[in-house]
Amino acid sequence: MSFIQVRNVWQQYGDHVVLEGLDLDIAEGEFCTLVGTSGCGKSTFLRLLLGQEQASRGQILLDGQPLAGEPDASRGVVFQRYSVFPHLRVLDNVALGLELPHAPLLGRLFGQRKRAAREQAAGLLHKVGLGHALEKYPAQLSGGMQQRLAIAQALIMKPRVLLLDEPFGALDPGIRKDMHALLLDLWRETQLTVFMVTHDLSEGFTLGTRLMVFDKVRVDPHAPTAYGARITYDLPLNPDRRATRAAVASLPAALLGTLQAH
Amino acid sequence: MRLINRHPDRPSRLLLVILPFALLLCAYFLGSAQRLAENPNDKLLPSAVQMSDAVKRMAFTEDKRSGGYLLWQDTASSLQRLAIGLGVSALLGLCLGIASGALPLFSAPLSPLLVVLSMVPPLAILPILFIVFGLGELSKVMLIVIGITPILARDLEQRARELPVELLIKAQTLGASTWTLILRVILPQLLPRLLISLRLVLGSAWLFLIAAEAIASEDGLGYRIFLVRRYLAMDVILPYVVWITLLAWLMDWGLKRLTRRAFPWYEGARP
Repeated sequence: MSFIQVRNVWQQYGDHVVLEGLDLDIAEGEFCTLVGTSGCGKSTFLRLLLGQEQASRGQILLDGQPLAGEPDASRGVVFQRYSVFPHLRVLDNVALGLELPHAPLLGRLFGQRKRAAREQAAGLLHKVGLGHALEKYPAQLSGGMQQRLAIAQALIMKPRVLLLDEPFGALDPGIRKDMHALLLDLWRETQLTVFMVTHDLSEGFTLGTRLMVFDKVRVDPHAPTAYGARITYDLPLNPDRRATRAAVASLPAALLGTLQAH
Repeated sequence: MRLINRHPDRPSRLLLVILPFALLLCAYFLGSAQRLAENPNDKLLPSAVQMSDAVKRMAFTEDKRSGGYLLWQDTASSLQRLAIGLGVSALLGLCLGIASGALPLFSAPLSPLLVVLSMVPPLAILPILFIVFGLGELSKVMLIVIGITPILARDLEQRARELPVELLIKAQTLGASTWTLILRVILPQLLPRLLISLRLVLGSAWLFLIAAEAIASEDGLGYRIFLVRRYLAMDVILPYVVWITLLAWLMDWGLKRLTRRAFPWYEGARP
């Protein structure tokens, strides 16, 4: 049984059909890139995976269980904008993810536990290249740095699925390249399953181990909203990375731990 | 050069700031001097000397009847009413605004109610307040609360709705419950906006305070102004008005400073 199963999922708003008849099986650790024209439903599909919206028909199973109907800690997300909290310093933006689940009453930790959370957050921030900016507010960071922060913030929760909605759409090409390298490094280190919506076809080809193209198969020129998009191409990519990932996954867990420590 | 592209430099800017105030004062004192020259007993436009005598009498001389200093007593009781009124309104407005702006289930019953309530003219229900809460402090504070809370609540409701939905989703993926989401994400982002709304309603708050004091009170700045009106004592009224204006301006300035100090992220973070 595959990690994520999408079974005959339709999404429509009133008469407007956005997605029709999606059927997918996605293995754990896959890096899926979703491409297609604007308004073809790839972001809608991401929102379904996130739990922000419910499918009109069909269902999505995660590990054989239906997806929770609202966003939760099992799925991390990075949006193109507004992904970080403007009122918290960089360090607190990441530490927040460690505080919220463990402090149901006040939403914040104190004393020893707070220090531990901040230390763990600082470690991750150093890893994504934000070690110098722990005490800054997000507004003082550049766009690329803010997205690094957003990724760190999502990863501190150790989610099993990471959803990225055009995360680098607003960045310069050079910065984008750095972000690709960072993202691939993090993906290699963790067992993350990634879904990434992108407008940039070459980005989709370089990063993904699986590329899905969303497009409408049927078009009625008199009723453009009558039919929704399907996945027209579903391509396995970057076989070398796939193979590495599969090999790593087959290693005994104890050995894996020592390898990842390096 | 087009007018829209012309900016004053620093010294001329200062001059331009002072100019309208200077003109106003000038016009007043010219008029006052002229009237007093015609009739030394004129009470309508008192001179600077007459006003400073009145201030000395009100602020620095013990009142024979009550044994206190009237200006300071009036100021203290007015500011106390204003502070309690503003504090209660801010708290209520914040709670109602967040409940209505962030929780759709609360918004359905609250939002239309707030719109209707904010349309009730507070001064029109002042008699009701006097009947229900008596003539004491409570009815004056209640007038401020009733007059201002719906405005604050509606403003904060709007601000809460304007928070990007991405942030609320993100917080949920970080493990927030509704309560901790409000506590750690919505509330801190609304606090600077609350201070800004408070600055905007300060004028109305003073209006309601003075109206309530004018009608039923034993002290307070508004009470004093309306009391001495009977004797046409412009020499007292004008310094009191200037004093109230100064207090209101200082509160506005203080709130502005507080917003900058307490929420350094706010100015830079606005899109």
